[in-house]
Amino acid sequence: MSAGAVSRRGRARVVGLGWALGPPALLGVLFLGLPIAALAWRAGRTGALAEHATSAFVLDALRLSAITSTFTLLIAVIVGTPLAYLLARYRFPGKWLIDVLIDLPIVLPPTVAGVALLVTLGRRGIVGEQLDAAGIDIAFTTTAVVLAQTFVAAPFYIRTAKAGFESVDPSHERLAWTLGASPLRAFREVTLPLAWPSLLAGGILCWARALSELGATLIFAGSFQGRTQTMPLAIVGAFESGKSVEVPIALSVILVCAAAAMLVLLRLVTGGVSRDAHV
Amino acid sequence: MNLSVRSLRNAAAGLLLVAAMALAAACRGDGDSPSPTSTTAAPTAASAAARLDGELTVFAAASLTAAFKDVGAAFEDANSGVDVTFNFAGSPALRTQVEEGAPADVLALADNKNMQAALDKKLVAQAWRTFARNRLVIAVPSANPGEISAPVDLANGGLKLVLAQEDVPVGNYARESLGNMEADATFGAGFRDRVLANVVSNEPNVKAVVTKVQLGEADAGIVYATDITGDLKGTVTAIPIPDEFNVVATYPVSVVSDAKEPEIAAAFIDFLLSAAGQAILEEHGFTGAE
Repeated sequence: MSAGAVSRRGRARVVGLGWALGPPALLGVLFLGLPIAALAWRAGRTGALAEHATSAFVLDALRLSAITSTFTLLIAVIVGTPLAYLLARYRFPGKWLIDVLIDLPIVLPPTVAGVALLVTLGRRGIVGEQLDAAGIDIAFTTTAVVLAQTFVAAPFYIRTAKAGFESVDPSHERLAWTLGASPLRAFREVTLPLAWPSLLAGGILCWARALSELGATLIFAGSFQGRTQTMPLAIVGAFESGKSVEVPIALSVILVCAAAAMLVLLRLVTGGVSRDAHV
Repeated sequence: MNLSVRSLRNAAAGLLLVAAMALAAACRGDGDSPSPTSTTAAPTAASAAARLDGELTVFAAASLTAAFKDVGAAFEDANSGVDVTFNFAGSPALRTQVEEGAPADVLALADNKNMQAALDKKLVAQAWRTFARNRLVIAVPSANPGEISAPVDLANGGLKLVLAQEDVPVGNYARESLGNMEADATFGAGFRDRVLANVVSNEPNVKAVVTKVQLGEADAGIVYATDITGDLKGTVTAIPIPDEFNVVATYPVSVVSDAKEPEIAAAFIDFLLSAAGQAILEEHGFTGAE
Protein backbone atom coordinates (compact mmCIF):
# COMPACT_ATOMS: atom_id res chain seq x y z
CA MET A 1 0.00 0.00 0.00
CA SER A 2 1.01 3.62 -0.29
CA ALA A 3 1.99 3.84 3.37
CA GLY A 4 4.46 1.01 2.81
CA ALA A 5 5.99 2.81 -0.17
CA VAL A 6 6.36 6.01 1.80
CA SER A 7 8.06 4.29 4.68
CA ARG A 8 10.43 2.44 2.29
CA ARG A 9 11.42 5.73 0.64
CA GLY A 10 11.88 7.19 4.12
CA ARG A 11 14.19 4.36 5.06
CA ALA A 12 16.34 4.89 2.00
CA ARG A 13 16.91 8.52 2.95
CA VAL A 14 17.76 7.55 6.50
CA VAL A 15 20.55 5.25 5.31
CA GLY A 16 22.15 8.09 3.35
CA LEU A 17 22.07 10.46 6.30
CA GLY A 18 23.03 7.86 8.88
CA TRP A 19 26.31 9.50 9.89
CA ALA A 20 24.58 12.80 10.68
CA LEU A 21 21.59 11.27 12.44
CA GLY A 22 23.60 9.02 14.73
CA PRO A 23 24.81 11.44 17.42
CA PRO A 24 21.52 13.31 18.03
CA ALA A 25 19.61 10.03 17.90
CA LEU A 26 21.97 8.51 20.46
CA LEU A 27 21.62 11.61 22.64
CA GLY A 28 17.84 11.32 22.45
CA VAL A 29 17.87 7.65 23.41
CA LEU A 30 20.27 8.31 26.28
CA PHE A 31 18.25 11.25 27.50
CA LEU A 32 15.03 9.24 27.60
CA GLY A 33 16.62 6.03 28.79
CA LEU A 34 19.00 7.30 31.46
CA PRO A 35 16.38 8.52 33.99
CA ILE A 36 14.60 5.16 33.80
CA ALA A 37 17.88 3.31 34.20
CA ALA A 38 18.85 5.59 37.10
CA LEU A 39 15.59 4.78 38.89
CA ALA A 40 16.22 1.07 38.52
CA TRP A 41 19.85 1.50 39.60
CA ARG A 42 18.93 3.46 42.73
CA ALA A 43 16.21 0.97 43.66
CA GLY A 44 18.59 -1.92 43.08
CA ARG A 45 21.47 -0.33 45.00
CA THR A 46 19.58 -0.06 48.28
CA GLY A 47 18.01 -3.46 47.76
CA ALA A 48 14.99 -2.34 49.75
CA LEU A 49 12.61 -2.57 46.78
CA ALA A 50 10.95 -5.77 47.97
CA GLU A 51 10.60 -4.42 51.50
CA HIS A 52 8.94 -1.18 50.31
CA ALA A 53 6.85 -2.97 47.69
CA THR A 54 5.15 -5.10 50.32
CA SER A 55 4.43 -2.38 52.88
CA ALA A 56 0.75 -1.63 53.62
CA PHE A 57 1.24 1.90 52.24
CA VAL A 58 2.30 0.56 48.84
CA LEU A 59 -0.07 -2.43 48.75
CA ASP A 60 -3.07 -0.20 49.49
CA ALA A 61 -2.03 2.16 46.70
CA LEU A 62 -1.46 -0.72 44.26
CA ARG A 63 -4.81 -2.29 45.05
CA LEU A 64 -6.63 1.04 44.71
CA SER A 65 -4.87 1.82 41.43
CA ALA A 66 -5.76 -1.59 40.01
CA ILE A 67 -9.42 -1.26 41.01
CA THR A 68 -9.96 2.34 39.93
CA SER A 69 -8.15 2.04 36.60
CA THR A 70 -10.18 -1.09 35.77
CA PHE A 71 -13.45 0.71 36.53
CA THR A 72 -12.27 3.64 34.44
CA LEU A 73 -11.60 1.29 31.53
CA LEU A 74 -15.03 -0.31 31.90
CA ILE A 75 -16.79 3.08 31.85
CA ALA A 76 -14.71 4.23 28.88
CA VAL A 77 -15.61 1.08 26.91
CA ILE A 78 -19.32 1.11 27.78
CA VAL A 79 -19.86 4.81 27.09
CA GLY A 80 -17.02 5.38 24.64
CA THR A 81 -17.65 2.59 22.14
CA PRO A 82 -21.09 3.83 20.97
CA LEU A 83 -19.77 7.39 20.91
CA ALA A 84 -16.71 6.41 18.88
CA TYR A 85 -18.86 4.46 16.40
CA LEU A 86 -21.29 7.36 16.10
CA LEU A 87 -18.46 9.77 15.34
CA ALA A 88 -16.87 7.38 12.86
CA ARG A 89 -20.02 6.59 10.88
CA TYR A 90 -22.39 9.55 10.97
CA ARG A 91 -22.28 13.18 9.94
CA PHE A 92 -24.33 15.66 11.90
CA PRO A 93 -24.20 19.37 12.68
CA GLY A 94 -21.87 20.23 15.55
CA LYS A 95 -19.88 17.03 15.17
CA TRP A 96 -16.61 18.96 15.05
CA LEU A 97 -17.49 20.43 18.44
CA ILE A 98 -17.75 16.97 19.97
CA ASP A 99 -14.43 16.05 18.37
CA VAL A 100 -12.79 19.07 19.99
CA LEU A 101 -14.45 18.29 23.30
CA ILE A 102 -13.06 14.77 23.28
CA ASP A 103 -9.56 16.02 22.45
CA LEU A 104 -9.59 18.68 25.18
CA PRO A 105 -8.85 16.47 28.20
CA ILE A 106 -5.84 15.07 26.31
CA VAL A 107 -4.21 18.47 25.94
CA LEU A 108 -5.39 20.08 29.19
CA PRO A 109 -3.26 19.92 32.33
CA PRO A 110 -4.93 17.30 34.57
CA THR A 111 -5.15 19.90 37.36
CA VAL A 112 -7.59 21.81 35.15
CA ALA A 113 -9.64 18.64 34.89
CA GLY A 114 -9.60 18.41 38.69
CA VAL A 115 -10.80 21.96 39.14
CA ALA A 116 -13.47 21.47 36.44
CA LEU A 117 -14.77 18.35 38.17
CA LEU A 118 -14.77 20.16 41.49
CA VAL A 119 -16.89 23.06 40.23
CA THR A 120 -19.23 20.50 38.66
CA LEU A 121 -19.49 17.71 41.21
CA GLY A 122 -17.99 19.32 44.31
CA ARG A 123 -20.23 20.30 47.20
CA ARG A 124 -20.66 23.76 45.73
CA GLY A 125 -20.60 22.56 42.13
CA ILE A 126 -23.47 23.06 39.72
CA VAL A 127 -24.48 19.39 39.95
CA GLY A 128 -22.78 18.60 43.25
CA GLU A 129 -24.94 21.03 45.18
CA GLN A 130 -28.07 19.06 44.25
CA LEU A 131 -26.33 15.76 44.99
CA ASP A 132 -25.19 17.11 48.36
CA ALA A 133 -28.76 18.08 49.17
CA ALA A 134 -29.79 14.53 48.30
CA GLY A 135 -27.12 13.20 50.65
CA ILE A 136 -24.71 12.04 47.94
CA ASP A 137 -21.09 13.00 48.43
CA ILE A 138 -18.56 12.43 45.68
CA ALA A 139 -15.47 14.48 46.54
CA PHE A 140 -12.89 12.58 48.65
CA THR A 141 -14.34 9.18 47.70
CA THR A 142 -13.05 6.35 45.52
CA THR A 143 -15.83 7.29 43.09
CA ALA A 144 -14.15 10.68 42.70
CA VAL A 145 -10.90 8.91 41.78
CA VAL A 146 -12.67 6.92 39.06
CA LEU A 147 -14.40 10.03 37.70
CA ALA A 148 -11.13 11.98 37.61
CA GLN A 149 -9.40 9.11 35.80
CA THR A 150 -12.30 8.67 33.37
CA PHE A 151 -12.32 12.36 32.47
CA VAL A 152 -8.63 12.31 31.71
CA ALA A 153 -8.21 8.82 30.24
CA ALA A 154 -11.44 7.97 28.37
CA PRO A 155 -10.63 10.29 25.43
CA PHE A 156 -7.63 8.08 24.61
CA TYR A 157 -9.97 5.11 24.15
CA ILE A 158 -12.61 7.07 22.24
CA ARG A 159 -10.02 8.57 19.86
CA THR A 160 -8.40 5.25 19.09
CA ALA A 161 -11.69 3.38 18.81
CA LYS A 162 -13.05 6.02 16.42
CA ALA A 163 -9.99 5.63 14.18
CA GLY A 164 -10.49 1.88 14.31
CA PHE A 165 -14.13 2.10 13.20
CA GLU A 166 -13.18 4.55 10.45
CA SER A 167 -10.69 2.05 9.06
CA VAL A 168 -13.49 -0.52 8.57
CA ASP A 169 -15.01 -0.05 5.14
CA PRO A 170 -18.74 0.65 5.59
CA SER A 171 -19.45 -1.46 2.51
CA HIS A 172 -18.61 -4.55 4.58
CA GLU A 173 -21.42 -3.61 6.95
CA ARG A 174 -23.80 -2.88 4.09
CA LEU A 175 -23.00 -6.25 2.57
CA ALA A 176 -23.85 -7.94 5.86
CA TRP A 177 -27.14 -6.04 5.95
CA THR A 178 -28.05 -7.10 2.40
CA LEU A 179 -27.34 -10.68 3.42
CA GLY A 180 -30.02 -10.27 6.08
CA ALA A 181 -27.99 -9.47 9.19
CA SER A 182 -29.48 -6.96 11.57
CA PRO A 183 -27.40 -3.78 12.09
CA LEU A 184 -26.51 -5.00 15.57
CA ARG A 185 -25.41 -8.38 14.26
CA ALA A 186 -23.44 -6.75 11.45
CA PHE A 187 -21.70 -4.57 14.04
CA ARG A 188 -20.95 -7.53 16.27
CA GLU A 189 -19.80 -9.97 13.61
CA VAL A 190 -18.26 -7.70 10.97
CA THR A 191 -17.27 -4.31 12.36
CA LEU A 192 -16.17 -5.34 15.83
CA PRO A 193 -13.72 -8.08 14.73
CA LEU A 194 -12.17 -5.76 12.12
CA ALA A 195 -11.84 -2.82 14.55
CA TRP A 196 -10.81 -5.06 17.43
CA PRO A 197 -7.04 -4.33 17.44
CA SER A 198 -7.78 -0.59 17.63
CA LEU A 199 -10.30 -1.05 20.44
CA LEU A 200 -7.76 -3.13 22.32
CA ALA A 201 -5.01 -0.56 21.75
CA GLY A 202 -7.32 2.25 22.87
CA GLY A 203 -8.25 0.29 25.96
CA ILE A 204 -4.61 -0.23 26.88
CA LEU A 205 -3.80 3.46 26.35
CA CYS A 206 -6.80 4.47 28.45
CA TRP A 207 -5.88 2.06 31.23
CA ALA A 208 -2.24 3.20 31.27
CA ARG A 209 -3.29 6.86 31.38
CA ALA A 210 -5.72 6.15 34.22
CA LEU A 211 -2.97 4.36 36.12
CA SER A 212 -0.70 7.41 35.94
CA GLU A 213 -3.39 9.99 36.76
CA LEU A 214 -2.29 12.41 39.47
CA GLY A 215 -3.30 16.05 39.08
CA ALA A 216 -7.05 15.71 38.73
CA THR A 217 -7.24 13.08 41.46
CA LEU A 218 -5.26 15.13 43.98
CA ILE A 219 -7.57 18.10 43.51
CA PHE A 220 -10.92 16.34 43.18
CA ALA A 221 -10.46 13.26 45.38
CA GLY A 222 -7.77 14.29 47.85
CA SER A 223 -5.28 11.80 49.22
CA PHE A 224 -6.24 9.15 51.75
CA GLN A 225 -4.56 5.78 52.09
CA GLY A 226 -6.76 2.92 50.86
CA ARG A 227 -9.55 5.28 49.74
CA THR A 228 -8.19 7.83 47.27
CA GLN A 229 -4.40 7.44 47.43
CA THR A 230 -3.48 5.72 44.17
CA MET A 231 0.11 4.92 43.16
CA PRO A 232 0.98 8.36 41.75
CA LEU A 233 -0.48 10.07 44.83
CA ALA A 234 1.45 7.70 47.07
CA ILE A 235 4.64 8.72 45.24
CA VAL A 236 3.90 12.39 45.86
CA GLY A 237 2.99 11.65 49.48
CA ALA A 238 6.16 9.65 50.05
CA PHE A 239 8.26 12.39 48.45
CA GLU A 240 6.60 15.11 50.49
CA SER A 241 7.08 13.16 53.72
CA GLY A 242 10.84 13.37 53.19
CA LYS A 243 11.39 10.26 55.31
CA SER A 244 13.51 8.61 52.69
CA VAL A 245 13.74 9.23 49.00
CA GLU A 246 14.02 5.44 48.56
CA VAL A 247 10.27 4.92 49.13
CA PRO A 248 9.15 7.13 46.21
CA ILE A 249 11.91 5.54 44.12
CA ALA A 250 10.62 2.05 44.89
CA LEU A 251 7.05 3.13 44.07
CA SER A 252 8.24 4.73 40.84
CA VAL A 253 10.01 1.57 39.72
CA ILE A 254 6.83 -0.43 40.25
CA LEU A 255 4.83 2.08 38.21
CA VAL A 256 7.47 2.15 35.45
CA CYS A 257 7.30 -1.63 35.21
CA ALA A 258 3.49 -1.56 34.99
CA ALA A 259 3.53 1.18 32.34
CA ALA A 260 6.26 -0.54 30.34
CA ALA A 261 4.31 -3.81 30.40
CA MET A 262 1.26 -1.97 29.02
CA LEU A 263 3.28 -0.37 26.24
CA VAL A 264 4.85 -3.66 25.23
CA LEU A 265 1.35 -5.12 25.11
CA LEU A 266 0.28 -2.12 23.01
CA ARG A 267 3.13 -2.74 20.56
CA LEU A 268 2.16 -6.37 20.22
CA VAL A 269 -1.41 -5.31 19.47
CA THR A 270 -0.69 -2.41 17.09
CA GLY A 271 2.16 -4.38 15.53
CA GLY A 272 -0.61 -6.67 14.33
CA VAL A 273 -2.47 -3.66 12.94
CA SER A 274 0.41 -2.32 10.85
CA ARG A 275 1.33 -5.79 9.58
CA ASP A 276 -2.22 -6.13 8.32
CA ALA A 277 -1.98 -2.71 6.69
CA HIS A 278 1.23 -3.57 4.86
CA VAL A 279 0.06 -6.91 3.48
CA MET B 1 -3.26 2.06 9.72
CA ASN B 2 -4.92 5.39 10.03
CA LEU B 3 -4.62 4.80 13.75
CA SER B 4 -0.96 3.90 13.80
CA VAL B 5 0.18 6.78 11.59
CA ARG B 6 -1.85 9.35 13.48
CA SER B 7 -1.05 8.10 16.93
CA LEU B 8 2.64 7.82 16.04
CA ARG B 9 2.64 11.42 14.87
CA ASN B 10 0.87 12.51 18.05
CA ALA B 11 3.24 10.50 20.18
CA ALA B 12 6.27 11.94 18.39
CA ALA B 13 5.05 15.48 18.95
CA GLY B 14 4.37 14.74 22.60
CA LEU B 15 7.77 13.16 23.15
CA LEU B 16 9.51 16.08 21.48
CA LEU B 17 7.73 18.49 23.79
CA VAL B 18 8.60 16.47 26.87
CA ALA B 19 12.23 16.20 25.78
CA ALA B 20 12.47 19.95 25.20
CA MET B 21 11.02 20.73 28.61
CA ALA B 22 13.22 18.22 30.38
CA LEU B 23 16.27 19.53 28.52
CA ALA B 24 15.47 23.06 29.64
CA ALA B 25 15.19 21.84 33.23
CA ALA B 26 18.42 19.89 32.93
CA CYS B 27 20.30 22.89 31.53
CA ARG B 28 19.21 24.93 34.51
CA GLY B 29 20.53 22.19 36.76
CA ASP B 30 23.84 21.99 34.87
CA GLY B 31 24.54 25.63 35.59
CA ASP B 32 24.82 24.65 39.22
CA SER B 33 28.49 23.67 39.24
CA PRO B 34 29.77 23.13 42.77
CA SER B 35 30.87 26.45 44.13
CA PRO B 36 34.48 26.66 45.22
CA THR B 37 33.72 29.71 47.35
CA SER B 38 33.91 29.35 51.08
CA THR B 39 30.51 28.57 52.50
CA THR B 40 31.03 30.36 55.77
CA ALA B 41 29.04 33.55 55.98
CA ALA B 42 30.91 36.74 55.36
CA PRO B 43 31.03 39.15 58.31
CA THR B 44 27.94 41.34 58.34
CA ALA B 45 29.90 44.58 58.14
CA ALA B 46 31.83 43.44 55.08
CA SER B 47 28.76 42.16 53.24
CA ALA B 48 26.92 45.36 54.02
CA ALA B 49 29.80 47.40 52.65
CA ALA B 50 30.32 45.35 49.49
CA ARG B 51 27.74 45.79 46.77
CA LEU B 52 25.89 42.50 46.35
CA ASP B 53 25.37 41.34 42.81
CA GLY B 54 23.75 38.14 41.62
CA GLU B 55 20.82 35.79 41.71
CA LEU B 56 19.71 34.34 45.02
CA THR B 57 17.62 31.16 45.15
CA VAL B 58 15.59 30.68 48.32
CA PHE B 59 13.89 27.37 49.12
CA ALA B 60 11.16 28.15 51.64
CA ALA B 61 8.31 26.30 53.39
CA ALA B 62 4.92 26.72 51.72
CA SER B 63 3.53 28.61 54.73
CA LEU B 64 6.09 31.37 54.10
CA THR B 65 4.86 32.03 50.54
CA ALA B 66 3.16 35.41 51.01
CA ALA B 67 5.54 36.75 53.66
CA PHE B 68 8.71 35.78 51.78
CA LYS B 69 7.52 37.35 48.55
CA ASP B 70 7.36 40.65 50.46
CA VAL B 71 10.66 40.03 52.23
CA GLY B 72 12.26 39.21 48.87
CA ALA B 73 10.93 42.40 47.28
CA ALA B 74 12.22 44.50 50.21
CA PHE B 75 15.61 42.76 50.04
CA GLU B 76 15.82 43.47 46.30
CA ASP B 77 14.95 47.10 46.96
CA ALA B 78 17.79 47.33 49.48
CA ASN B 79 20.22 45.55 47.12
CA SER B 80 19.61 46.69 43.56
CA GLY B 81 22.05 44.14 42.09
CA VAL B 82 20.26 41.17 43.59
CA ASP B 83 17.52 39.08 42.04
CA VAL B 84 15.67 36.76 44.41
CA THR B 85 13.84 33.66 43.17
CA PHE B 86 11.79 31.40 45.41
CA ASN B 87 10.83 27.76 45.45
CA PHE B 88 7.97 27.12 47.87
CA ALA B 89 7.00 23.59 48.92
CA GLY B 90 6.53 21.41 51.99
CA SER B 91 9.63 21.34 54.21
CA PRO B 92 10.48 17.63 53.75
CA ALA B 93 10.17 17.98 49.97
CA LEU B 94 12.52 20.98 50.00
CA ARG B 95 15.05 19.04 52.06
CA THR B 96 14.84 16.11 49.63
CA GLN B 97 15.27 18.45 46.66
CA VAL B 98 18.42 19.99 48.18
CA GLU B 99 19.66 16.50 49.06
CA GLU B 100 19.29 15.49 45.41
CA GLY B 101 21.27 18.52 44.28
CA ALA B 102 18.68 21.19 43.53
CA PRO B 103 20.35 24.62 43.28
CA ALA B 104 19.46 26.51 46.46
CA ASP B 105 21.30 29.21 48.40
CA VAL B 106 18.98 29.60 51.40
CA LEU B 107 16.88 26.93 53.08
CA ALA B 108 14.01 28.17 55.28
CA LEU B 109 11.84 25.42 56.83
CA ALA B 110 8.81 25.16 59.08
CA ASP B 111 10.30 22.91 61.73
CA ASN B 112 13.62 22.17 63.42
CA LYS B 113 13.26 18.43 62.78
CA ASN B 114 13.73 18.79 59.03
CA MET B 115 16.51 21.35 59.50
CA GLN B 116 18.33 19.01 61.90
CA ALA B 117 18.06 16.27 59.27
CA ALA B 118 19.50 18.69 56.69
CA LEU B 119 22.34 19.59 59.05
CA ASP B 120 23.04 15.91 59.78
CA LYS B 121 23.52 15.33 56.07
CA LYS B 122 25.66 18.47 55.81
CA LEU B 123 23.20 20.03 53.36
CA VAL B 124 23.36 23.33 55.23
CA ALA B 125 26.55 25.10 56.10
CA GLN B 126 26.10 26.07 59.72
CA ALA B 127 23.83 26.02 62.73
CA TRP B 128 20.45 27.47 61.79
CA ARG B 129 18.86 30.60 63.15
CA THR B 130 15.21 30.86 64.17
CA PHE B 131 13.62 33.77 62.36
CA ALA B 132 9.88 33.36 63.02
CA ARG B 133 7.25 31.52 64.98
CA ASN B 134 3.72 30.51 64.07
CA ARG B 135 0.62 29.03 65.66
CA LEU B 136 -2.17 26.71 64.58
CA VAL B 137 -5.80 27.62 63.94
CA ILE B 138 -8.82 25.68 62.71
CA ALA B 139 -9.85 26.91 59.28
CA VAL B 140 -13.51 26.54 58.31
CA PRO B 141 -15.45 27.77 55.28
CA SER B 142 -17.18 31.01 56.25
CA ALA B 143 -20.58 29.34 55.74
CA ASN B 144 -19.36 26.84 58.37
CA PRO B 145 -21.29 23.77 57.12
CA GLY B 146 -19.77 21.63 59.90
CA GLU B 147 -21.02 24.06 62.57
CA ILE B 148 -17.68 24.26 64.30
CA SER B 149 -17.23 26.82 67.04
CA ALA B 150 -14.46 25.28 69.15
CA PRO B 151 -11.76 22.57 68.83
CA VAL B 152 -13.99 20.04 70.61
CA ASP B 153 -16.36 20.08 67.61
CA LEU B 154 -13.66 18.48 65.44
CA ALA B 155 -14.74 15.09 66.78
CA ASN B 156 -18.36 15.51 65.64
CA GLY B 157 -19.53 12.54 63.60
CA GLY B 158 -19.65 12.93 59.82
CA LEU B 159 -17.36 15.96 59.77
CA LYS B 160 -15.05 16.27 56.76
CA LEU B 161 -11.64 17.20 58.10
CA VAL B 162 -8.58 17.81 55.95
CA LEU B 163 -5.08 17.80 57.41
CA ALA B 164 -1.59 18.06 55.99
CA GLN B 165 -0.08 14.60 55.80
CA GLU B 166 2.13 13.24 58.57
CA ASP B 167 5.78 14.32 58.38
CA VAL B 168 4.87 17.64 56.80
CA PRO B 169 5.52 20.05 59.72
CA VAL B 170 1.97 21.41 59.98
CA GLY B 171 0.61 17.85 59.78
CA ASN B 172 2.80 16.83 62.70
CA TYR B 173 1.96 19.97 64.66
CA ALA B 174 -1.78 19.40 64.12
CA ARG B 175 -1.60 15.83 65.40
CA GLU B 176 0.51 16.99 68.34
CA SER B 177 -2.08 19.65 69.18
CA LEU B 178 -4.89 17.06 69.05
CA GLY B 179 -2.83 14.98 71.47
CA ASN B 180 -2.58 17.99 73.80
CA MET B 181 -6.37 18.30 73.72
CA GLU B 182 -6.87 14.61 74.46
CA ALA B 183 -4.74 14.96 77.58
CA ASP B 184 -7.32 17.44 78.88
CA ALA B 185 -10.31 15.94 80.69
CA THR B 186 -12.88 18.16 78.93
CA PHE B 187 -12.04 16.56 75.55
CA GLY B 188 -12.06 13.01 76.85
CA ALA B 189 -10.07 9.89 76.10
CA GLY B 190 -9.87 8.85 72.47
CA PHE B 191 -10.48 12.42 71.28
CA ARG B 192 -7.49 12.39 68.93
CA ASP B 193 -8.59 9.13 67.28
CA ARG B 194 -12.17 10.34 66.93
CA VAL B 195 -10.92 13.47 65.17
CA LEU B 196 -8.54 11.50 62.95
CA ALA B 197 -11.46 9.24 61.95
CA ASN B 198 -13.01 12.36 60.37
CA VAL B 199 -10.00 12.97 58.12
CA VAL B 200 -10.99 12.63 54.45
CA SER B 201 -7.67 13.72 52.96
CA ASN B 202 -4.02 14.05 53.95
CA GLU B 203 -2.72 16.83 51.73
CA PRO B 204 0.92 17.15 50.68
CA ASN B 205 1.26 20.71 52.00
CA VAL B 206 -0.56 23.34 54.02
CA LYS B 207 -1.69 25.45 51.06
CA ALA B 208 -3.58 22.46 49.65
CA VAL B 209 -5.42 22.17 52.99
CA VAL B 210 -6.41 25.84 52.83
CA THR B 211 -7.65 25.43 49.25
CA LYS B 212 -9.87 22.46 50.15
CA VAL B 213 -11.43 24.53 52.96
CA GLN B 214 -11.74 27.61 50.78
CA LEU B 215 -13.59 25.60 48.12
CA GLY B 216 -16.00 24.38 50.79
CA GLU B 217 -15.13 20.74 50.07
CA ALA B 218 -13.81 20.29 53.60
CA ASP B 219 -15.72 21.30 56.74
CA ALA B 220 -12.49 22.10 58.54
CA GLY B 221 -8.70 21.99 58.32
CA ILE B 222 -5.89 22.65 60.76
CA VAL B 223 -3.47 25.22 59.35
CA TYR B 224 -1.13 27.99 60.48
CA ALA B 225 -2.64 31.26 61.71
CA THR B 226 -0.66 32.97 58.92
CA ASP B 227 -2.40 30.92 56.22
CA ILE B 228 -5.66 32.81 56.72
CA THR B 229 -4.41 35.78 54.71
CA GLY B 230 -6.29 38.90 53.69
CA ASP B 231 -7.30 37.33 50.35
CA LEU B 232 -9.23 34.65 52.23
CA LYS B 233 -11.24 36.92 54.48
CA GLY B 234 -14.87 36.30 53.66
CA THR B 235 -14.35 32.74 52.39
CA VAL B 236 -12.39 31.18 55.26
CA THR B 237 -12.81 31.80 58.97
CA ALA B 238 -10.16 31.02 61.58
CA ILE B 239 -11.26 29.43 64.84
CA PRO B 240 -8.55 29.83 67.48
CA ILE B 241 -6.95 26.93 69.32
CA PRO B 242 -6.34 27.95 72.96
CA ASP B 243 -2.70 28.43 73.98
CA GLU B 244 -2.62 25.42 76.31
CA PHE B 245 -3.35 23.06 73.40
CA ASN B 246 -1.63 24.96 70.64
CA VAL B 247 1.80 24.14 69.26
CA VAL B 248 4.34 26.84 68.51
CA ALA B 249 5.95 26.26 65.12
CA THR B 250 9.50 27.56 64.84
CA TYR B 251 11.05 28.48 61.49
CA PRO B 252 14.79 27.82 61.08
CA VAL B 253 16.87 29.26 58.24
CA SER B 254 20.38 28.46 57.05
CA VAL B 255 22.79 28.88 54.14
CA VAL B 256 22.93 25.81 51.88
CA SER B 257 26.37 24.12 51.80
CA ASP B 258 26.56 24.15 48.00
CA ALA B 259 25.24 27.70 47.71
CA LYS B 260 26.43 29.54 44.61
CA GLU B 261 25.90 32.87 46.37
CA PRO B 262 26.81 32.29 50.03
CA GLU B 263 27.42 35.99 50.66
CA ILE B 264 24.04 37.08 49.34
CA ALA B 265 22.49 34.17 51.25
CA ALA B 266 24.05 35.36 54.50
CA ALA B 267 22.92 38.91 53.80
CA PHE B 268 19.39 37.66 53.13
CA ILE B 269 19.32 35.86 56.48
CA ASP B 270 20.64 38.97 58.23
CA PHE B 271 17.88 40.97 56.54
CA LEU B 272 15.29 38.41 57.66
CA LEU B 273 16.42 38.90 61.28
CA SER B 274 16.71 42.70 61.01
CA ALA B 275 13.98 45.01 62.28
CA ALA B 276 12.79 45.56 58.71
CA GLY B 277 12.56 41.84 57.95
CA GLN B 278 10.86 41.03 61.25
CA ALA B 279 8.32 43.80 60.66
CA ILE B 280 7.29 42.22 57.34
CA LEU B 281 6.94 38.79 58.95
CA GLU B 282 4.83 40.28 61.74
CA GLU B 283 2.60 41.99 59.17
CA HIS B 284 1.86 38.49 57.86
CA GLY B 285 0.95 37.22 61.31
CA PHE B 286 4.19 35.52 62.35
CA THR B 287 5.57 36.18 65.80
CA GLY B 288 9.16 37.33 66.08
CA ALA B 289 12.37 35.39 66.32
CA GLU B 290 12.82 35.97 70.05
